[in-house]
Amino acid sequence: MANFVMVNSGHNRDDEADKLGMWLFLFTELLLFGGLFLVYTIYRYLNADAFLHASYELNVIMGTVNTIVLLTSSLTVAMSITAIQKGDTKMALTLIWSTIAFAGVFLVIKYFEWTAKFEHGLFPGMEHYNMLEPGEKLFFFLYFFMTGFHGLHVIIGGIILLFVIAAIRKGETNQGKFIFLENGALYWHLVDLIWIFLFPLFYLIH
Amino acid sequence: MSTAAIQSKSFYEEKKGLKSWIFSTDHKRIGLLYFYSLGSFFLVGVILGLLMRLELISPGETIMKAKTYNQVFTLHGVIMIFLFLIPSVPAVFGNIFLPIMIGTDDVAFPKINLLSWWLYVLGGLFALSTLVVGDGPADTGWTFYAPYSVKTGTNVSLAVFAAFILGFSSILTGLNFIVTIHRLRHPKMGWFKMPLFPWALYATAWIQVLATPIIGITLLMIIAERVFGLGLFDPSLGGDPILYQHLFWIYSHPAVYIMVLPAMGLISEMIPTFAKRPIFGYKAIAYSSMAIAFIGYFVWGHHMFTSGMSGPARVIFSILTFLVAVPSAIKTFNWVATLYKGSILIKTPLLFSMAFIFQFLIGGLTGLVIGALATDVHLHDTYFVVGHFHYVMFGGTGFAMFGAMHYWYGKIWGKMYNEKMAQISFGFIFVGFNFLYFPMLILGLMGMPRRYYDYLPEFTTLNVISTVGSWVMVLGIIMMLTNLIRSKKRGEKAPKDPWGGTTLEWQTSSPPSLHNFDTEPIVPEEGPYFHKV
Repeated sequence: MANFVMVNSGHNRDDEADKLGMWLFLFTELLLFGGLFLVYTIYRYLNADAFLHASYELNVIMGTVNTIVLLTSSLTVAMSITAIQKGDTKMALTLIWSTIAFAGVFLVIKYFEWTAKFEHGLFPGMEHYNMLEPGEKLFFFLYFFMTGFHGLHVIIGGIILLFVIAAIRKGETNQGKFIFLENGALYWHLVDLIWIFLFPLFYLIH
Repeated sequence: MSTAAIQSKSFYEEKKGLKSWIFSTDHKRIGLLYFYSLGSFFLVGVILGLLMRLELISPGETIMKAKTYNQVFTLHGVIMIFLFLIPSVPAVFGNIFLPIMIGTDDVAFPKINLLSWWLYVLGGLFALSTLVVGDGPADTGWTFYAPYSVKTGTNVSLAVFAAFILGFSSILTGLNFIVTIHRLRHPKMGWFKMPLFPWALYATAWIQVLATPIIGITLLMIIAERVFGLGLFDPSLGGDPILYQHLFWIYSHPAVYIMVLPAMGLISEMIPTFAKRPIFGYKAIAYSSMAIAFIGYFVWGHHMFTSGMSGPARVIFSILTFLVAVPSAIKTFNWVATLYKGSILIKTPLLFSMAFIFQFLIGGLTGLVIGALATDVHLHDTYFVVGHFHYVMFGGTGFAMFGAMHYWYGKIWGKMYNEKMAQISFGFIFVGFNFLYFPMLILGLMGMPRRYYDYLPEFTTLNVISTVGSWVMVLGIIMMLTNLIRSKKRGEKAPKDPWGGTTLEWQTSSPPSLHNFDTEPIVPEEGPYFHKV
């Protein structure tokens, strides 16, 4: 056995390290989407007219509602941190649950949006899609790939928050130790942030 | 200190059984898990390489058909790059020695460390599964260039998915090391009291974290293209294949530095120990690691000089490529300067280090030849390129790893290897290596293209020399491994510090206990490489 105290042990509690690790991970997530944004930028530049034409197919109202939903969910998850810092566990749980509920609303709206596109045959491989010109095909491919990939992140973010709820219930995450909630919230903000960029790129640039 | 009484159990003895290994969160055990799994894949890669050389011993079809040859070199590349070289030094020696060298008992996130090994195994299984399912392994080359990779009937999707998972594993290791170095250094170890191997790992970890996601998303796009039959990178469908090459090399060139930087860190450890001198230009070496990591980001375009890029872009990428040679040269000069007037102890690790310097020099200088625009047009896609990167990757990273296996053999396994046998096997590996790869440089200059199973009769002599070289080298590798395996049983017990090393891993027992240190490690105030002369 070690007969001295190792102050810099890797098994000590270190919130700073956890947060640093999370930020690095968020960095990699941003770069992951960065590759997609790069591809989008280049193809938009090469096929400006086709992208413009195709973007009129998207439903701006649904996109706007979803943006508001996600922004609100970021607010509730941020408030849950304040709540747990004040020791109000019940309030924190309610706020996280509402964040997850907002995530659900986001996905439901997304579902209706995608279904409408399927009905128009705009998913890659469908009849209408195959008749589009190359630039428009690229637009819809990127639309489905990027919003789909973002949707996957919404689901992952929601699952992380469910684990946070479990940790709070068990008392592992509490007033004195809430780094897990903070990291979960950081991830959620990232999901939100990426949508903030996807929304104007696909729905608003005319 | 009364020895026997407080002598604690080594990390091997703490727990036993398979479960205690594959679910262990101890960084030393995870490092060893990596070592054995990496070693197995390395041997598979070596066998594939041997088969390729055998095919090329004479012109025409010798032992395999063109398509088989394409699949063999692809699998050789995928295994050697994604399963061996990229994880290699950080995952094995980084895992085992980083925490010990900075005076702590584990990495910052031990569970994530275990997860990264599991992801590695999963990725390896995916890569191997391409052998048995569907139309056989991919035949695209390890670069998966579109549009061919989108159209071929072979198992590209599985191979690409394997690379994606392995990227995840690599990111987690990098993330873990950055946080470990920031948060867990011994309180008395400032940044510039840190040994150079952790410095190299630190620079590498940043590349792992910042570059790997790009390949991740690019590979996902390839899979999506194959699944939905799209044309993201297919010109006939509106896509741009050059864009794929950009995205691929934005990661894969920095990845070259993921492979070689930590190996340079190993050399920076071995040279001062065997020269019995403080390393020359400590700060210059530390900074040059960071410089290589930084500049290495901006040179990817030099893989595409002949595939269509504007003139100014080519000139800029060429200049940047020359720039990245500067920090590598700084390191090389510093290693040589460390040896100058040293009290040199000629042992196997030093021999491998010297071979590293010699071969890395050839690899580096030939890199400048193909980094120059005019010569690259002539040499692109010839055997010159194959020779060049094998000199850097195998002659560099591979040799550094072999050296480190001997350097830390006692520390990891608790026994000393047989020095004489080790030196003889080194001789075989060194001679075989140079006979194997030097002819490739000449063949490339003569114009022999890479990636064909066949060649013109005038290239025969040099190809035969190269193939015979591969046999000598493999013989040497077998001898080396036999020696290391035998020494585990028959070797003498390793002392704490067999070489008179000055970094912290030599202050603990061989092999170390579960918590690495039984008594508080003493961080030398003079810096990591202070040798009392």
